Amino acid sequence: MNGITIENLNVWFGDYEDRVDAVKGASFSVPKGGSFGLVGESGSGKSTILRAIMGLFDTWSGKIEVLGETLTHKRDREFYRKVQMVFQDPYASLHPRQSVDQVLSETLSLHGFKDIDARISKLLEDVGLGPAFRFRYPHQLSGGQRQRVAIARALAPEPEILLLDEPTSALDVSVQAEILNLLSDLRAERKLTYLMVSHDLAVVGHLCHDIAVMQLGKIVEVLSIEDMRALQTREDYTRTLLQASMGYELRG
Amino acid sequence: MTTVSNPTKGRRRSPFYRFAIKTLQTLATIAVTMLGLLFVTFFIGRVMPVDPVLSIVGERASKEIYDNAYRALGLDKPLIVQFFYYLRDVVQGDFGTSLRTGFPVINDIKRVFPATMELATIGTIMGVVIGVPLGVLAAVKRGTWIDQVARVVALIGYSMPVFWIGLIGLLVFYGILGWIGGPGRLDIFYEDLVPQVTGMILIDSALDGNWEVFRNAFSHIVLPASLLGYYSLAYISRMTRSFMLEQLGSEYITTARVKGLSEWNVIWKHAFANIKVPLITVIALSYAGLLEGSVLTEIIFSWPGIGSYITTSLLSADMNAVMGGTVVVGLVFVLLNIFAELLYKFFDPRAT
Repeated sequence: MNGITIENLNVWFGDYEDRVDAVKGASFSVPKGGSFGLVGESGSGKSTILRAIMGLFDTWSGKIEVLGETLTHKRDREFYRKVQMVFQDPYASLHPRQSVDQVLSETLSLHGFKDIDARISKLLEDVGLGPAFRFRYPHQLSGGQRQRVAIARALAPEPEILLLDEPTSALDVSVQAEILNLLSDLRAERKLTYLMVSHDLAVVGHLCHDIAVMQLGKIVEVLSIEDMRALQTREDYTRTLLQASMGYELRG
Repeated sequence: MTTVSNPTKGRRRSPFYRFAIKTLQTLATIAVTMLGLLFVTFFIGRVMPVDPVLSIVGERASKEIYDNAYRALGLDKPLIVQFFYYLRDVVQGDFGTSLRTGFPVINDIKRVFPATMELATIGTIMGVVIGVPLGVLAAVKRGTWIDQVARVVALIGYSMPVFWIGLIGLLVFYGILGWIGGPGRLDIFYEDLVPQVTGMILIDSALDGNWEVFRNAFSHIVLPASLLGYYSLAYISRMTRSFMLEQLGSEYITTARVKGLSEWNVIWKHAFANIKVPLITVIALSYAGLLEGSVLTEIIFSWPGIGSYITTSLLSADMNAVMGGTVVVGLVFVLLNIFAELLYKFFDPRAT
């Protein structure tokens, strides 16, 4: 059984002459327990695919299948227990007036967990935050600490699939590595399926087995991480993108 | 492991000590603001080209009588000394005597302010109870017909002159339909039937258990209060809408949605929780604006409130009454602001 299967997905915004087609006929699949990366320039529709899976848009067509179930336009609470998302900017994605404790306990009680107190301690420990952080507010945390809280929140309902929307791009380079290591440890421990969006090929290379390269709303090519490293591509665009990115990394 | 306490803040004071300091600071703020207000009203009152002596002794009084009255009022002293005399009196609750009514100004204010307060409070409650949900709804349904209707409703509230809409209201509901009471706070028949406790007739009659008076007072207040309510609804709903739009566009709202929260909880528990503080400011300012007395509404409905009191006094050069009224309005404004600030702390858990 596949974790996520996307077939011929279209997402658009606006109507008539204002209509923008953000994703056009995208298809790919992520095996259960796999880790899949979506790469491409900004505006290529990567994040839009994640948001369409999460049910944040209504204007999509095609087939989205998650854990063997074909999704309709309405997501129920059970879906959000199995599939969770971590956002790009931990400065914006945490409620500014909720303490860490409130953020986690709301999610836990929403999904009907009983031993909330113990679970919060465990979650904080899992993401490498001590109990001292439990009653802090987001403005009392650093960017890396915030992203750990965001990850703890996403893990709270014990999901099987985690969608990661550039989870490290808003963070300092030194903190990026910590968060990436945390994510890959968590995946190994909890047998999670990752679908990750990034424009940073090093990040994708660290975390993913396969990638899809996107351009202007279309998936140009799907290739394994080994092929990516070896520049074994079928499409010119992929090669240009990879070379541009690696050239930058070599110089940087 | 890091610790929560911040060692750079110096040694910790007891909560009582901090509370006492906070209270003293607040009181000092009130005192300084009020002193400034008194200073300004006093000097504006003195530079007005009105001769208070003449209005006491009359135009045909002899020079001797005039001079005696002049000295009795302390007008021969330097202005700054006069100001301190005035300050001393005001602290004792003495704003002088109104030349127009012949009563001490403070008694007049005790009579007219509750009338305004009754009107303003009901108006603000209506504005909040209808305006806030309307604003939230307009923000959530942005761009739909609901949003458009809310916009038109608010626009009419802003732009219709109150004297016109008030007169039309009186014509239709009082003159033609006879559903409500006319101008004034009560029919003459019901006046002075209930003992005055708060000065607000609805409350006084309820306390007395005299429901007939209550009904009559309600039939009189319902139209002017609705007009003020409509006006503050227009303002509050627009502000609520724009505050909500800002929050609904934030990413933490998306986070709340992917948590699996229902849309109702996303809107009210997450987005709305975050606009409470700015909303309190808007509501407090709107309430303060109504408490200053809406002169036009009070005049059209013959409502004996503080707005029409100050205006009428000003037109008859009754400076004691004008200054007294202004100071009371200023005090209300300052107190309301401080109250709003206290509410911030209550609604924003981050404030310590």
